[in-house]
Amino acid sequence: MLDMTPATVAERSALKINPAKTCQPVGAVYAALGVHGCLPHSHGSQGCCAYHRSHLTRHFKEPVMASTSSFTEGSSVFGGMANLTQAFGTIFEMYNPDIVAVHTTCLSEVIGDDIPTIISKGREEGKIPEGKVVVHCNTPSFVGSHVTGFSAMVKGFVKYLSENTGTRSTAINILPGWVEPSDMTEIKRLVAAFGLPSIMLPDTSSVLDAPATGEHAFFPKGGTTLPELKAMGDAKATLSLGTWASLDAATLLETKCGVPFQDLDLPIGLAATDRFIQSLQALAGVEVPTQIEDERGRLVDVISDMHQYLSGRKVAIYGDPDHVIALTEFCRDMDMLPVHVLTGSVGNAFETRIKDILADSVPEANVKAQGDLYLLHQWIKNDPVDLLLGTTYGKFISRAEDIPLVRVGWPILDRVGHSYFPTVGYLGSLRLAVEIISAIQERQDRDAPDHAFELVL
Amino acid sequence: MDLLDDRKRQVVTAGEARAVACDRPSVAGSVTQRACSFCGSRVVLYPIADALHLVHGPVGCAAYTWDIRGAQSSGPQLHRLSFNTDVREEEVIFGGEKKLARALRELVAIHQPKGAFVYATCLTGVIGDDVDAVCRMATAELGIPVIPVQSEGFKGTKKDGYSAACRALDQLIGTGSTEGIGPLSVNILGDFNIAGEIWVIKGYLERMGVEVVATMTGDGRVDTIRKAHGAKLNIVQCAGSMTSVAKLMKEKYGIPFVQVSFFGLEDCADALYQIAKHFGDAEMLRRTRSIVREETEAVLPELARIRKDLEGKKAALYVGGAFKAFSLVKALRQIGMQVTMAGTQTGGPADYEHLKELCDSDTILADDSNPLEMASWLALRDVDLFIGGVKERPVAFKLGIGFCDHNHERKIGLAGFEGCAAFAREVHATVTSPVWSLVPRRAGGRLA
Repeated sequence: MLDMTPATVAERSALKINPAKTCQPVGAVYAALGVHGCLPHSHGSQGCCAYHRSHLTRHFKEPVMASTSSFTEGSSVFGGMANLTQAFGTIFEMYNPDIVAVHTTCLSEVIGDDIPTIISKGREEGKIPEGKVVVHCNTPSFVGSHVTGFSAMVKGFVKYLSENTGTRSTAINILPGWVEPSDMTEIKRLVAAFGLPSIMLPDTSSVLDAPATGEHAFFPKGGTTLPELKAMGDAKATLSLGTWASLDAATLLETKCGVPFQDLDLPIGLAATDRFIQSLQALAGVEVPTQIEDERGRLVDVISDMHQYLSGRKVAIYGDPDHVIALTEFCRDMDMLPVHVLTGSVGNAFETRIKDILADSVPEANVKAQGDLYLLHQWIKNDPVDLLLGTTYGKFISRAEDIPLVRVGWPILDRVGHSYFPTVGYLGSLRLAVEIISAIQERQDRDAPDHAFELVL
Repeated sequence: MDLLDDRKRQVVTAGEARAVACDRPSVAGSVTQRACSFCGSRVVLYPIADALHLVHGPVGCAAYTWDIRGAQSSGPQLHRLSFNTDVREEEVIFGGEKKLARALRELVAIHQPKGAFVYATCLTGVIGDDVDAVCRMATAELGIPVIPVQSEGFKGTKKDGYSAACRALDQLIGTGSTEGIGPLSVNILGDFNIAGEIWVIKGYLERMGVEVVATMTGDGRVDTIRKAHGAKLNIVQCAGSMTSVAKLMKEKYGIPFVQVSFFGLEDCADALYQIAKHFGDAEMLRRTRSIVREETEAVLPELARIRKDLEGKKAALYVGGAFKAFSLVKALRQIGMQVTMAGTQTGGPADYEHLKELCDSDTILADDSNPLEMASWLALRDVDLFIGGVKERPVAFKLGIGFCDHNHERKIGLAGFEGCAAFAREVHATVTSPVWSLVPRRAGGRLA
C-alpha cells in the first residue's frame, strides 16, 4: 500500500518527491556541535531550529542544543538585527557558551541581515562579553544542501579563528567531513598510529556519543577547542576528507594561512582508505604501522572469503555525495554493480566522478545529482537491485520492492549503532562489508526453498 | 538555577497567586522547545490521507515533516510522501508562483488526489508569492480543491499554525453533500490517529450508536471533511489545535461542540457521557454507561497492580498544548504519581490557572521552557518520570530518568480506556526499569 511510485519516469520540472537531501542550516548545526563549548544559533524562525534539533536527536539519540533568533512577522519586515542582538544577551546570560556559531536561514537571507554588522553591534552594546567568540556562516536554504551548510560552517570557523602566527607546527589538520562521532574517533586513531599530532575540525566525538553519567551536560566534553581552532593556521598540512563537506575550509586554510591541503575522499572502502593511509604515511615519513597493515589484510581477507556472495550483485547507492562516491568505489572494488547512484545535493562533479569510477564496470549506470528518492524508486522498478545502500529514507523503497537496506550515511532515524561503530578506515569498512554480506546472506536464507536451504554459507 | 528576568514571569509554583506569563513569543536566543506556524499547520493537516500535501518552500521544511508523525490511515497513504517545490535561488529572485503551478499540475497528473493542501513557508512568504491566487487557478484548472495554508513560519508558534490549518479546513468543509447523515452524528476534531487512537475512539462511539461523519484529521479523507457540516455535534479532543474549526462550524452551520479528552479513565468516561447527554437519547446513555463500566472494569485491576509500584513516585511533563497536560496530571494521579513540574509550549492564561487548580501547591508550572531549566528541575525534584516529545527524551535519559513520549513519536496508542492501561504499562516499564540503577547519579553517584 505504501508503494505509490509509478514505474514510468515522467519529466518533473518543478517538483521534488521524497527528497534525498535537506537544507543547509542543519549541516551548520552539526558542524558547530563539533566545536567545544559552542552553541549553534539559528538566525531565523524558531521552527528551523526545532526541526534541526529534532532531526539530529532522532539520528544520534542525544540531546542537541541550539538557540534561535525566534523571528516574528515584525522581524521579517524590519530585519532580524534586534532579535540577534537580544539573542546574544540571552545566550551569554543563560547558557554562557565559549563560542556562538550563527548560521542564517532562508528568511534572514532574503531579508538581507548582515551578520558581521550585527555581531559588531552586539560587541559594542556589550551583549557579547569580553573573551567570548561569535562566528557566522551564510546558509540560505534555497542554495546547496545540508552538506554545503556543513561545509560553510567549517569554513566559517577557519575564517574567523584560524591564524598563522608565522611558525609551522608538526600538527596536521584533519577535516573529517560529515561523518559520525565514531568515524571521527577512528580517524584520530589512525592518524595517531602514525605518530602525527593532529587537530580535527569538527569533532563530534564525546559530544554526540556521550556516555550516560546521570548528568545532562549542556556542553559535552568533546569538540575542537578554541586554541586548536587558532592553531590550525600553523599546521603543516590539511587532509580534507570529502570534497563536498571539507574542501572549502581546506582551501581557505591554504589561502589564508598557507597550509597546504590534500583533497581526499572519505576513507570508506579499501581504495579510499589506502589513499588516506598513503597520505598519512607521506606526512609522517614512517612505514605503515603493522597493526594498520593487518587491519587492511583482514578486510581483504573477508572480502576474498565472501566474494562469491558479492560478485555481480546489483546495488543502488544514495545519500550525500561524499559518502556515495566512497561507497560506489567500495562496492565496485567488491565486484558489486552499482547500477543506480543518486544524490540530492548539487554538483556536476558528482556525476562525472561516479561515471569515472564506474567507467569499466557499470558504464550504463543511472547517475544523478539533485535527484530524489522517488526517481531512485522508479529506476529500481525498471532495473531491480539486490541491495540498497543509504539512509533510513530508503526504507519505503526497501519495503515496496522487498530489497534489503544497509543503512549508512545521514540520517539514520530508525536504528542505533552508527554513532558508536565506524564505517571509515579498514576496520570501519570491514564492518560495512560484513553488514552488506550479512544482508545478502540473510536474504539468501530467507528466500531459499527447503531443498536449497543450507546450514553452511 | 538563575532565570533571565524576562523568563521569571513565565515560571510559577502552583500555589502562588501570580499568573504564568504566557502567550508571548520566545525570548530571542533561548533554546526554546517550541516550533513555528508551519510546523503547527503541517502536523494538523498531514493526516488527511488522500490529499496531496505540497510544501511550497525550501527542501528542509518538506524533509523534516516527511512521515515523522505516526498518523495512521486505514486506506490511502498519499500523505506519507513528501512533495516539495524545492524553491531555489532563481525563484527567490523571480518568484515561485510559476513553479508552484507547474508542481501542482505534475502532481495531480501522477497521483490524481482528492484534494491538495499547499503550505506556504517563511521563504515563499517573504518573497511575496501569491499562494492563494495559484491555488484558486489550480482549483479551476485541475478540478480538485487546492487549498492554500497560510503557514509562514515567522507568523508565530505552532498555535498560530493550528489556526491557519483550521482556516484551510474551513475552506473544505461545506462543499460536499450531507445526504444520508443521521441525527446521532458527530465529527471528531483534534485527534490525529497516532498509533491508531482514533479507531479506539470510533469504536466506543459506534457502540454507543453514534455515527462518525468526519475525523479531523486522523485517518482523514477529503470527501468526508467536505460533508462534515452534516454532522450534528463536533467533538473536540485536542482543544488547542481544533477549537477554532469547531467555533467556525458553530457560527456557519449551527453545529454545537463539546471539548473532551480521551486520555485518562476519568476524562474518557466524562467525554463519552458528555456526548451521550448531548443527544439526550436514553438508550444511548444506557449503552454508554455499560461501555464505561465494562471498559473501566477491564483495566482497573491492572491499574491497581501498577499503582502499587508507582505510588508516591514523581513525574514531570512538558507538552505542546495545555489540554494534554490536564489529562496527564489526572492520569498520573490515577496511578499514584505526583506531578512536580508541568510545562507547555503554547498554553494560555486560563489553561495555566486550571493547571494550578489541578496540581499540588509546590508543582512548578512553566511556559515555553528550555532544556537547561528542565534538566535542573528534573534533578532538583528528583523525578522518576518525564513526559514529553522527541527533544525532551534524551535529556531525561541522560539524567537517568524514565521517559514516556506523549507526542508524535509514541508508538503505543494512549487514548481510550485501553489506552489508559497502555499508558500505565509504559510508565511502569520505564519508571521501574533496572537500567536506571546503572546510571551513576541514581546509583549513588559512583560506579557499582
